[in-house]
Amino acid sequence: MSFRQPSVLPGFELTLGFTTFFLSAIVLLPLAALVLMTASMHWSDFVHVVLSPRAVGSYRLSFGASLLAATINLVFGFIIAWTLVRYEFPGRKLLDALIDMPFALPTAVSGIALTSVFAENGWIGRYLEPFGIKVAYTWIGVTVALTLIGMPFAVRSVQPALLEVQRELEDAAETLGAGRLYVFRRIILPTVLPALLTGFTLAFARAVGEYGSVIFIAGNLPMKTEITPLLIVIHLEEFDYKGAAALGFVMLVISFVVLLTINLLQAWGRREPVKAAR
Amino acid sequence: MRWLFIGLSLAFLAALLLAPLATVFATALQKGTRAYLRSFADPDTAAAIRLTLTTALVVVPLNTLFGLAASWATAKFEFRGKSFLITLIDLPLAVSPVISGMIFVLLFGLHGWFGVWLQEHDISIIFALPGIILATMFVTFPYVARELIPLMQQLGNDEEEAAITLGAGAWMTFFQVTLPKIRWGLVYGVILCNARAMGEFGAVSVVSGHIRGLTNTMPLHIEILYNEYNFVGAFAAASLLTLLAVMTLVVKTLVERTGYRRR
Repeated sequence: MSFRQPSVLPGFELTLGFTTFFLSAIVLLPLAALVLMTASMHWSDFVHVVLSPRAVGSYRLSFGASLLAATINLVFGFIIAWTLVRYEFPGRKLLDALIDMPFALPTAVSGIALTSVFAENGWIGRYLEPFGIKVAYTWIGVTVALTLIGMPFAVRSVQPALLEVQRELEDAAETLGAGRLYVFRRIILPTVLPALLTGFTLAFARAVGEYGSVIFIAGNLPMKTEITPLLIVIHLEEFDYKGAAALGFVMLVISFVVLLTINLLQAWGRREPVKAAR
Repeated sequence: MRWLFIGLSLAFLAALLLAPLATVFATALQKGTRAYLRSFADPDTAAAIRLTLTTALVVVPLNTLFGLAASWATAKFEFRGKSFLITLIDLPLAVSPVISGMIFVLLFGLHGWFGVWLQEHDISIIFALPGIILATMFVTFPYVARELIPLMQQLGNDEEEAAITLGAGAWMTFFQVTLPKIRWGLVYGVILCNARAMGEFGAVSVVSGHIRGLTNTMPLHIEILYNEYNFVGAFAAASLLTLLAVMTLVVKTLVERTGYRRR
């Protein structure tokens, strides 16, 4: 088998060469520097950094809040996607366009805006305050910020899958006496499950690494409201490059695992055609 | 059921999206339009706007060129390792912005691989414009390519092959045949890349050094103003970036209305 299949089209060498060169220079070599920097550490130093109580505390917040945010997005992503696909109401198109807002909005802007909305005297924070619920500067605030930035991933994953659900099957099932919940469990859920899980994983992956929108609303107290990306920045500011690289390496490995999961889920979603319940 | 779902969706989006967006403009304008406009006269704010524009002006064309080359190579030809290459192009999307900035500090920072050499030759990359450009380029690297690769794959090669067989040159084929077909996807990819480039915070924050008037981009300047309790200034600058985001979404909606759909 040769390297490429023959084609009459020109420009293969030029475009592939440019792509590979640019990709290596901007993405691959810098990432290799991170791996090399970590590899040059002594094993005991590495363990000391990545398992220090402060680092473990930051993982707990970063991964805990990201999991919680992704779960919230799993539920609301489905509800919003369902609303957009199934119902016709004034302002639906506008709402649909707004879903992508967190993609386009700079994270620093969403960070300061969420903080002022959820602060004690903010538009929403002031109504939560009497119940003793503090959002800004706590882990709840971190979760709120991570929910916002993960939302478009969840909605946009589920939307196309919902369009594929065969309405005739639902109608047939209901005609035959199936309840709403039964139809959901046996017809809708099996069709959209891979998409739901993909959306969940994408939202989670995005949330774990998020920095800009979180640092304003988190209190940034060590062990309590300090996310792992912030701890990396603190190491860098103290010129502890190796410590920063070690933590970055841990996050990178986790990102790869998550990325792999997404690819597997998408492969599963493609293999599983729209299937009727048996 | 219907109204419950619509209500829940609206409540969720209102709390998380609409309230923060409204608060940006409400806070920016809380002391009147004059105070709002005056905040842009601040020389540091003006410098931050200039730096952000300069960065985008370098990054967006380069990443567009890359996106065109990458999509031509991967959509027009079949070769071994193609899907691996596409995965690698998407890599920056999976990396935390902080890591995206850090890798350049590890390379070019004072204690990085080339730090001493750069200092001896009096070249500054970190805490200077080149570092900001590199970090922004990394973060926005996949956007144009991601938009174009599926589009070009979907459109197929027949027309290009016909043009070449009939004797058209390579560039003529690209400009007369391919470019008109992909133009809307290209427009959206470039606009999205630009919005990301102008709004990037984490990666740039790590490499910038936060020198006022020199290495602060708009998002970093917003952080400084906010931490100084200059809320009008911070939210006024934020309102510009919000408008940019709104414009990006408007372009996206218009592009989709031309009939071009993602996948």
